[in-house]
Amino acid sequence: MITFLIRRLLQSILVLLVMSLLVFLGVYAIGNPVDILISPDANQAERARIIAAFGLDQPLWQQYLLFLRNAAAGNLGRSFAFATPALGLILERFPATMELAVSAMLLSVLLGIPLGLFAGLRPKGLAGKTIMTASILGFSLPTFWVGLMLIMVFAVKLGWLPSSGRGATVNVLGVPLSFLTRDGLEHLLLPAFNLALFNIALVIRLTRAGTQEALQQEYVRFARAKGLRNGRIIGVHVLKNILIPIVTVIALQFGSLIAFAIVTETVFAWPGMGKLIIDSIRVLDRPVIVAYLMLIVTLFIVINLVVDVLYSLLDPRVRLAEAK
Amino acid sequence: MRKPESGATYIITGFGARAPHISGNFMHKTARNLRIALFAAGLLAMSAAAAADLKIGLSADVSSLDPHYLNIAPNINLSSHLFDTLVLVDPNGKLVPGLATSWRTVDDTTWEFKLRRGVKFHDGSELTADDVLFSLERPATLTASPGPFTSYTRQIVDKKAVDPYTVQLKTATPYGPLPLDMSSIFIVSKKAAQNAATEDFNSGRALVGTGPFKFASFARGDRVVLTRNDQYWGGKSAWDKVTFRIITASAPRLAALLAGDVDMIETVPTADLAKLKADAKFTLEQKISWRTIFWHVDQQAHRSPFVTDKAGKPLDKNPLADVRVRQAMSKAIDRKAMAARTMEGLALPASNIVSPGIFGYNDALKVEAYDPDGAKKLLAEAGYPDGFGLTLHGPNNRYINDERIVQTVAQFFSRIGIQTKVQTLPLSVYFSKARAGEFSVALLGWGTLAGDFGLRTLVGTPNPDTGWGTWNWGRYSNPQVDALVKSALSSVDQVKREGYAKQAAALALKEEAVIPLHHQYASWAMRRGLSYPGRVDEFTFAHQVRPQ
Repeated sequence: MITFLIRRLLQSILVLLVMSLLVFLGVYAIGNPVDILISPDANQAERARIIAAFGLDQPLWQQYLLFLRNAAAGNLGRSFAFATPALGLILERFPATMELAVSAMLLSVLLGIPLGLFAGLRPKGLAGKTIMTASILGFSLPTFWVGLMLIMVFAVKLGWLPSSGRGATVNVLGVPLSFLTRDGLEHLLLPAFNLALFNIALVIRLTRAGTQEALQQEYVRFARAKGLRNGRIIGVHVLKNILIPIVTVIALQFGSLIAFAIVTETVFAWPGMGKLIIDSIRVLDRPVIVAYLMLIVTLFIVINLVVDVLYSLLDPRVRLAEAK
Repeated sequence: MRKPESGATYIITGFGARAPHISGNFMHKTARNLRIALFAAGLLAMSAAAAADLKIGLSADVSSLDPHYLNIAPNINLSSHLFDTLVLVDPNGKLVPGLATSWRTVDDTTWEFKLRRGVKFHDGSELTADDVLFSLERPATLTASPGPFTSYTRQIVDKKAVDPYTVQLKTATPYGPLPLDMSSIFIVSKKAAQNAATEDFNSGRALVGTGPFKFASFARGDRVVLTRNDQYWGGKSAWDKVTFRIITASAPRLAALLAGDVDMIETVPTADLAKLKADAKFTLEQKISWRTIFWHVDQQAHRSPFVTDKAGKPLDKNPLADVRVRQAMSKAIDRKAMAARTMEGLALPASNIVSPGIFGYNDALKVEAYDPDGAKKLLAEAGYPDGFGLTLHGPNNRYINDERIVQTVAQFFSRIGIQTKVQTLPLSVYFSKARAGEFSVALLGWGTLAGDFGLRTLVGTPNPDTGWGTWNWGRYSNPQVDALVKSALSSVDQVKREGYAKQAAALALKEEAVIPLHHQYASWAMRRGLSYPGRVDEFTFAHQVRPQ
């Protein structure tokens, strides 16, 4: 177990190094941020001075080494456009994205599992078929389009919910959270649903497949023969057994939800990290891009690690030493 | 504030649901109706209590509240609410008195600005010459800015306060556009700003200005809230509270207006203009913007990177260096059709590099008429009767319909025998490459309030020593144009200055230093009951929005 964790940690550091190098090369190849941010009336001397002030006149490897030195000291640089530390800028937006991702995850579980279970129990019924067809839509419709449609229907036509933005927030331990206010919840509902759509469909399909498989198993037949109530068979014996793959997938999907909330955040003008990264890429704000990707990669590494460890705890047949 | 029209509809529905409720018949009415009734009641309460709230959907993010940190439009737009400048710009781009009531030249190199008396900062202290001198020095001290305002202070070699209400600024050589430069430098309170860092501005602590609004709150990437400055020297604004929502994507921004979440939006997506125009619930405001869209054409004699013969082999001699070829290209473009179709009416065909009404606009210049036969003749005269191969470059996320403009022009060029390909790139890639001279013909949009400024930067001979031609991608160079622009910039007499600027424009455009296409329109949409004059500089100023 310990060996496994240490090896994982070393691998993670390597991944982070390679990733930061790739981002550095990538941004360098795209262009010079000063060309976008510079004031139109600046002359050549001012331009040269600015480029020097940001160290962009140095060879790339020197810029990268400087970045590594600072990063080792916990300083990921200052945003060019925002003039504030890049990491702070991202963490400032983190609660908003986290809130969206957690809500989306909850929605996918709370809607996905019951619907999937229902469809799995009655695969031939009209309701079951409808659920499955709807789940195909959830997979295939582009998020930004669904988001716009949700806005058009619920905000513009019906006027039930606000069209975009984040609602009033309440500070809990210094973290601004919006789901604790009514206004905040109203703002949260549409973007969370939009972000959850793909995962709802995914959970429905996983649950349905699992249920159908479990229903054929010996232990279910045995339970039925024993004369257990149907509710108990489904709610306890079937559900418990199909939950393992669902938990794994949900945990892995959670990382993607955070990382790929970008589209939903843009459509709903949600002030999260995704919107920040899009704006930063547009102006080549390298410190922010690097810091964001470092954070996301770290997040994925941690989630994967937790899943691996949990999995080994849940299923004794899996031994961590074998995980490569 | 929600738009009253939708409120009205709902209020009727709301009462409809409530009347039967009193008679007791419809207790089991659907939850939806009940909800609508509650909503309508809420609306009534809201519109009564918050009568003077204004919510505006902005299209670009405000990166910093420090008014001297970064010279980009969204930041300037916001700062203009909190701070004033010595010289203000009216909606048509004319310079008008701001914190300075008047300005004049004492001698050829000394400008004197008389300050407005009795102007109070948001903290109650009075504006004096000290604050002005401090504000003019501050941009140069912010060395960690990628887009500093030093371009507007670098001409000043010496400054002094003659008395608390008079400031004298000295320039090294006679310099006419100084009042224009002064319209870009926000005046901050020395007391509040002298020890403040950018963080102090973002928290609002150092945000002490003289502007029509005071700072209330800032949620980065989401919204900025301002409250009215009742002491404002220019008259109280109509709005108690202004909320700027940052909604960068255009469809959601429009949806926010349609849903009544905001009262007004800027930069209306072109595809929806017609629909909005027809909708009585909304008012559309359009104004010719200062932004002129034009082609930079590589003017150097040697091989140009994207000019080939028809078989695709690079040409050793650059046909674009021949003025007849550039004239042919200009004649090949049907600007009227392009403004009507490609731009969906959101453009005015251009003959100048500045918009009509802007200082230095030369109305003797006429829009080049569409003349494909004349164009072919000119090509033949220049020795290219069969044309040549060319790739046009343009950005795809910067100007209104920029990608489609490039495609349209490529078709026009193909008709006169120039076999044209198209490549469009995101701005982050495009500007760096264009600056490095990697394109042959490249699209650029430029907004300026003075023709001589524009000419200096766009067609002045590139030279690090003079600081000219920083955006002269085509490397056009004509000593005569340079001399005229220089005369204009060094004329403190504004009439003479404009005369030189017009001459320079005429000369440069006769040689097709750049090929102008059109001036784009800026657009705003608001709920009915609001009016906005529309600004040539595309800014969205809450204090100029009025309830009707």
